[in-house]
Amino acid sequence: MSDAGASPLVQVRGLKMHFPIYAGIFRRHVGDIKAVDDISLDIRESETLGLVGESGCGKSTAGRAVLRLYDITGGSITVDGTDISDIDKEKLRHLRPKMQMIFQDPQASLNPRMTVAGIIGEPLVEHMSLSRAERLERVYELMDAVGLNRSFANRYPHEFSGGQRQRIGIARALALHPKFIVCDEPIAALDVSIQAQVVNLLEDLQEQFGLTYLFISHDLSMVRHIADRVAVMYLGKIVELAPRDELYGAPLHPYTQALLSAVPEPDPVRESQRKHIILTGDVPSPSNAPVGCNFCTRCPRAEQICHEIEPEFRQVDKGRYTACHFVGDTAIKTAEPTVGETVKP
Amino acid sequence: MSEDGAAVLDVKDLRTVFETAQGAIHAVNSVSFDLRPGELLGVVGESGSGKSVTMMSLIGLLGTTAATVDGAHVNFDGMDLLRVTEDELRAVRGAGIGFVFQDPMTSLNPVFTVGFQLMEPLRNHMGMTTREARQRAVELLELVGIADAEKRLSDYPHQFSGGMRQRVMIAMALSCDPKVLIADEPTTALDVTIQAQILELMKELRHKLGMAIVWITHDLGVIAGIADRVMVMYGGQIVELAPVIELFKNPQHPYTRALLQTVPSVRGSRAERLRVIQGQPPILFSPPQRCSYSARCNHAFDRCLAADPARISVGDGHDVACFWDPETGEPR
Ligand SMILES: Nc1ncnc2c1ncn2[C@@H]1O[C@H](COP(=O)(O)OP(=O)(O)OP(=O)(O)O)[C@@H](O)[C@H]1O
Ligand SMILES: Nc1ncnc2c1ncn2[C@@H]1O[C@H](COP(=O)(O)OP(=O)(O)O)[C@@H](O)[C@H]1O
Ligand code: SF4
Ligand code: SF4
Ligand SMILES: [Mg+2]
Ligand SMILES: [Mg+2]
Repeated sequence: MSDAGASPLVQVRGLKMHFPIYAGIFRRHVGDIKAVDDISLDIRESETLGLVGESGCGKSTAGRAVLRLYDITGGSITVDGTDISDIDKEKLRHLRPKMQMIFQDPQASLNPRMTVAGIIGEPLVEHMSLSRAERLERVYELMDAVGLNRSFANRYPHEFSGGQRQRIGIARALALHPKFIVCDEPIAALDVSIQAQVVNLLEDLQEQFGLTYLFISHDLSMVRHIADRVAVMYLGKIVELAPRDELYGAPLHPYTQALLSAVPEPDPVRESQRKHIILTGDVPSPSNAPVGCNFCTRCPRAEQICHEIEPEFRQVDKGRYTACHFVGDTAIKTAEPTVGETVKP
Repeated sequence: MSEDGAAVLDVKDLRTVFETAQGAIHAVNSVSFDLRPGELLGVVGESGSGKSVTMMSLIGLLGTTAATVDGAHVNFDGMDLLRVTEDELRAVRGAGIGFVFQDPMTSLNPVFTVGFQLMEPLRNHMGMTTREARQRAVELLELVGIADAEKRLSDYPHQFSGGMRQRVMIAMALSCDPKVLIADEPTTALDVTIQAQILELMKELRHKLGMAIVWITHDLGVIAGIADRVMVMYGGQIVELAPVIELFKNPQHPYTRALLQTVPSVRGSRAERLRVIQGQPPILFSPPQRCSYSARCNHAFDRCLAADPARISVGDGHDVACFWDPETGEPR
């Protein structure tokens, strides 16, 4: 959440997104997939909030819910002063230009039968009354901004590489001068050297246009590069939220510690000396989360209380939030950093 | 290239060409390496650099798709795999060389139980009875850390998580006691905490079973943690080959150096700006006539465009294919 004086651009409180499970011939409602289950966060103007976690933990659902691409199950979302939690479709349509999304798979998110100019210009047709010439001029501007050659305007998506297709998706998202962009794994489908190019582009655009990003990724090292603050999700909940350097330098929650420990270090000497935390088992299903703390089935520090009472997500230090029974104000001072720590082989 | 007479696998001048509608694609260009008993050889490179095709070529896994595989030799267990019958190759794939691929869901058959799929090769290749195969299948699942192994034999692949399916794949690859295991991006599709479990398992199994392993990945962190030697591929060639510590400490090829600089880390210092390698890997429509990295290389000079650099030795077990010397900043 936030403690800066200025009010945040995006404010999320107690957000829930549950998908009903129906079964049997009468399609009875037998349970819920609690994809996002009571999360709260703020995103400040012009910052990048990283959202990390393993497959299926609810990152994409959270990102889509924040943009109201779903009718949410509970909680509230405020974007730039407007509460969008349950406004109707027509009102949402008017707010759409302000908030955009960039997707993981640039291939699947672009219409294969439209030209690049058509794809980038489509939101302009929908939301603005421009002449043909004005529209093309804006398309060219956008292509320049994302580093696409103007001469490609009449080509089709399949003629481009993955990295170039992602640039087309980014240009389209920028068309209506958005303030807030949810980037859902924008580099996951790209080759390593191309990932760096796209990340650098997103940073340049942020600076140029004062954009605010929710950057969803499972790549912890890229998030460390791009984010100002980072939220870690596990099984539908945020378990820790902190400024980047604090989170990576001294993670507080046992899951964050294990997650960071699992990322191998690209240095054979340091990698062999590092202490590894190996979690056992798999993530439980979001339709059948454990009682108590969500992480109790895999947590190396779990005790009886963890199987009974859900820990509260609370501020434990300035700007640092976490949900664990054993992280308190005193724990912060004594917590040993587990990341980057080396032990003698 | 073999300095060690006892190499379990000795590959010399391997070449693979695909016939496609756009023309011939030279995917593997004169690749030579050996694999020593018990070692883990890491293979890195961007996608399309020829990692998978190289390994599939040497064990005849490209089938009869429009691929032509040729070379001086691929010696394994007293045979030249380039010159054996299809039946002999199949026997090698069943018992001599095991594989694990990236996506465990596509390699496991969804309509058969995990137990059936584990037991089948044991009966066919190892001549075990059903009872013996069952016993061995349980041992294998236990070996790869699957709890309640006996009960899980009757489960279908979809009842397993991604990490467990990858464990089953490893168990299957190990079932006939292979001398060599080839693992092609076996953890790329997995979450990091599950990847960490699999890497830990591999370290343990290596010591227990003593087989030689080829591990393909694009993740330099994974390589740093498990490899003894590393080969870096680009444009279907080995551009650098060195012991792991040497490669990270003293990279010689501009491509290796660039790769090492582009990876951000979760520890240590954080760069304000990510380094990038401009451009993309080439698709080779003819055998290389120039350095295949020249279009992206910051150090390219006239000689790099006139000839393809040969692989030379620059130190103990350290080979590189480049005309430029990073020590002097001058041509070699
Ligand atoms: N429309 C839906 N109907 C039912 N279940 C859904 C739906 N969308 C998502 N889920 C479930 O909600 C959970 C969270 O999914 P989500 O896509 O948000 O995960 P994620 O963190 O983005 O994962 P990944 O890293 O794999 O993209 C998963 O269990 C998923 O199967
Ligand atoms: N079946 C095929 N037909 C034509 N070209 C192929 C085929 N398989 C691979 N290639 C080409 O061979 C090259 C090397 O591919 P591959 O070995 O799969 O790369 P890597 O495993 O390093 O990502 C690429 O240029 C790829 O496009
Ligand atoms: S509350 Fe208990 S189970 Fe949950 S993270 Fe903390 S120690 Fe682990
Ligand atoms: S041979 Fe030349 S172009 Fe190729 S990597 Fe070396 S310096 Fe660069
Ligand atoms: Mg997702
Ligand atoms: Mg491959």
